[in-house]
Amino acid sequence: MFTKVLVANRGEIACRIIQSCQSLGVKAVAIYSEADRDARHTQLADEAYEVGPAKVFESYLNIDKILAIAKEARVNAIHPGYGFLSENPDFVTRCHEEEIVFIGPAPETMTLMGDKVSARNHMKNAGVPVIPGSVEPIASADEAVSFAEKQGYPVMLKAAAGGGGIGMEKAGDDEKLKKAFQSNQRRAMNYFSSDSLYIEKALESPRHIEVQIIGDRHGNVIHLGERDCSIQRRHQKVIEEAPALDLSEDLLERLRKAAIQAAKSLRYENAGTLEFLVEDNEFYFLEMNTRLQVEHPVTEQITGVDIVREQLNVAAGEPLGMKQSEVQLQGHAIETRIYAEDPNTFFPSPGTIDAFNIPEGASIRLDTGVQNGTEVTPHYDPLLAKLIVSGNSREDTLKKLQQTLEECDIQGLKTNIPFLREVANHPDYVAGNVTINFVNEHF
Amino acid sequence: MAKIEASMAGNLWKVLKQEGDAVEAGEEVAILESMKMEIPVEAEAAGKIKAVMKAEGEFIDEGEALFEIE
Repeated sequence: MFTKVLVANRGEIACRIIQSCQSLGVKAVAIYSEADRDARHTQLADEAYEVGPAKVFESYLNIDKILAIAKEARVNAIHPGYGFLSENPDFVTRCHEEEIVFIGPAPETMTLMGDKVSARNHMKNAGVPVIPGSVEPIASADEAVSFAEKQGYPVMLKAAAGGGGIGMEKAGDDEKLKKAFQSNQRRAMNYFSSDSLYIEKALESPRHIEVQIIGDRHGNVIHLGERDCSIQRRHQKVIEEAPALDLSEDLLERLRKAAIQAAKSLRYENAGTLEFLVEDNEFYFLEMNTRLQVEHPVTEQITGVDIVREQLNVAAGEPLGMKQSEVQLQGHAIETRIYAEDPNTFFPSPGTIDAFNIPEGASIRLDTGVQNGTEVTPHYDPLLAKLIVSGNSREDTLKKLQQTLEECDIQGLKTNIPFLREVANHPDYVAGNVTINFVNEHF
Repeated sequence: MAKIEASMAGNLWKVLKQEGDAVEAGEEVAILESMKMEIPVEAEAAGKIKAVMKAEGEFIDEGEALFEIE
C-alpha cells in the first residue's frame, strides 16, 4: 500500500478521499487554491499546499504545479477524484513519467472512453448494445439533418468529448437541429477544446441506469449492482438511488454481463461506471466513466464496500478485496445532491453559508466539503453536499429522506433543497415512475 | 446611455457583440461562466453597442457593466 497520496481535487470528494486514505493509514496531501485556503479539505488533510489562484486553469488544472507539489511532498500516488484532471490522459502520462501512480485506469483506456464516438464503436465491437447513431463525428449541420432524416426525429446531438450535459441537445426537426448544431459546436469548443459532435437517435422516455464495476491488474472484474440516476436537471443528476427499481431479472443479468464484458474488453483497472439508457426492457450503452463518481455512496451503502479503499488497493497492485459471490446487495439508499442554486431556475447562487444544519443519524450519511462560514465562490461547481439516506426498503428510505430534507436548513445562499423536497414527495417519484424526463415534465 | 450589467459573478467566456453592432431586446450579447454553468447575458432593450467594457477571460462581479448601449 502507498504511504502518501496527493488528492488532486477539492470540496466534498477531496474530503471523502482523504478520509479513506487516513482509514488505511495512508497520509493524505491536499492542494488548495487561494479561494480554498480555509476549505474543509485543506483542514482535514495531513499536509496541504497552495496550488495557485482561484481560477481552475491556474490551480486544480495546473498539471505542472500539481506534479511539483507531488514531488515536494514525496507522494507515491495521486487520486484525482471526479472532474478536473480525473479523465485527462495527458495528466496520467505525466504522472507515469514522474513515477507517481495515478489512481485510475491506463491513459489509453481513458482516451478511448473519453471520446464518445470511439467509446461507442469499442462497445459495439465488444458486444454491448449501443443507441443507433453516427459512426464518425458529424462535420456539418447538413450532415446532421441528413442523418436525422434517415433515422427519424427526435435525435440527440452530443459533444464527442463532452460530459455534464454540456454541448448536448435534443432536436425534433430540421430547423432546431441546425440551430442546435451551431450553438453546441461553440459550447463544445469552449468547454472541451474540441468542436467534434456526434448524433444519436433520441429515446422517448428512458431511464438512466448505471452499473458500478471495479477491476484489478490481475484480470478480476466485479460489479457492485446498479444505480438509477434518472432524476436530472440540465442533463445533470440530482437524485440517485440503489438498487434500481423494477428491473426484470433477465434485464439485470444482461446489464451486469455487458458491464463486466465491457470492462474486461478494456482490461480495466480501477473503479468505473458503465452508463446505460433503459427503455422497454432493453438497454443501450451511453458512456463509460473511468473514475470515481459523485453518486458512488449509494452503492457503498447497499454493498458495504468502500469504493475509494478498493481504488487505492487495486492501484497499489493488490487484487480486489472480494469475489463477485461475496458481494451482497442489501437494503436501499438514496442520494440527493444539495447545490447552491436557485430551486426554480437552477441557476447557480454563490454566497457565504451563514447556517449549515443537516440532521445526523444512523441511516444518514453526509458527504460535504463546506461548513458554517464557508464562502461558496463562482469559480467551482455548485455542489455543497450529498445527503445519503439508507433503509431496509425503498419505502422506509424514502420516508427518512422526506423527513431529513424537511429538517435541512442552509442559510446565506439559495439552495435546491425546496426542489429536492418537492421531488421526494412527488407521487410519481414515490411510486418509482421516473424517467430522464421527470424534471422537465413536472417542474 | 444605458448599460448592460452582469446578472451574477463569473468569468466572461464570450463577448458576442462588438462596438457598433445593433442588438434586439432579449438578444444574447455575452456569455458568463459561473459554477460550471453558462449564463447568457441578454440586452434588455434594442439599441446599438457604444462600448464593450470588458474582455473575454476577465472575472466579473455581479452588477458590473459589460456594455454601453445607446
